[in-house]
Amino acid sequence: MAKYLFIESRDPFDSSDAVSFTELVQGVAARGNETVLFLMQNGVLPARKGSKHSDRISQLLKSKIKVLADDFAVKERAIGKLVEGVETANMDQFVKLLMESGTKAIWH
Amino acid sequence: MPSGKTLTVAIMDPPYESANSTTALRVVQAALNQGHNVTVFAYEGAVNLTMKEQKPHANSVKGTTLEEEQHPTTKDWIAALFKLAQEKGAKLDWINCGLCVDERGAGNWIEGPRRGSPADFLAASQVSQSTLVIPTK
Repeated sequence: MAKYLFIESRDPFDSSDAVSFTELVQGVAARGNETVLFLMQNGVLPARKGSKHSDRISQLLKSKIKVLADDFAVKERAIGKLVEGVETANMDQFVKLLMESGTKAIWH
Repeated sequence: MPSGKTLTVAIMDPPYESANSTTALRVVQAALNQGHNVTVFAYEGAVNLTMKEQKPHANSVKGTTLEEEQHPTTKDWIAALFKLAQEKGAKLDWINCGLCVDERGAGNWIEGPRRGSPADFLAASQVSQSTLVIPTK
């Protein structure tokens, strides 16, 4: 079992391939890999509670994928409430995940 | 305290274009704060991040002067990262892609970066604990 750290910096309102990326994340997790999705920049937008694309995030959480949202990006975009299960994380936490032995980081 | 671990980051976006630049610098800052060595491979437009001639400007829309605006420049942020590395006893190895520099006439940069090639990126990633590639959109 490998460890994957996926980073989503794009949002599905602007980049339709963001949907394909969530499918990739789900597929990797379904193969039994430890999978974290870290939302950065506009990537946090679908994690806003009530967002048109929040169902995609809920699906990932149901698939046992840990979903983290960059607290800086969340504050910048005045997002008050996140989809239940999404946790905010700072850059220190991101670097700790990145530096965990055997982690493969994939940025979108 | 130095961790003895190294993170390699590849960036491609030019300054003042994309949030990727800010995020990349935040990642580098957090890694240095944790005592990790960091190798940055600046490719394509990212070689302009360290250009020495960058100048802050006033903002005529807001009516702020140069001093009031405190406009940030990427070369100053990166100079601060070199200083942070020194304070933390870590190494920041900033490599500007030589061909990209020549294409852009971007050879006059702040103290710290060095000239290199994609081969340096490969070598750095092979000895690093982790590699993060931040592609341009």
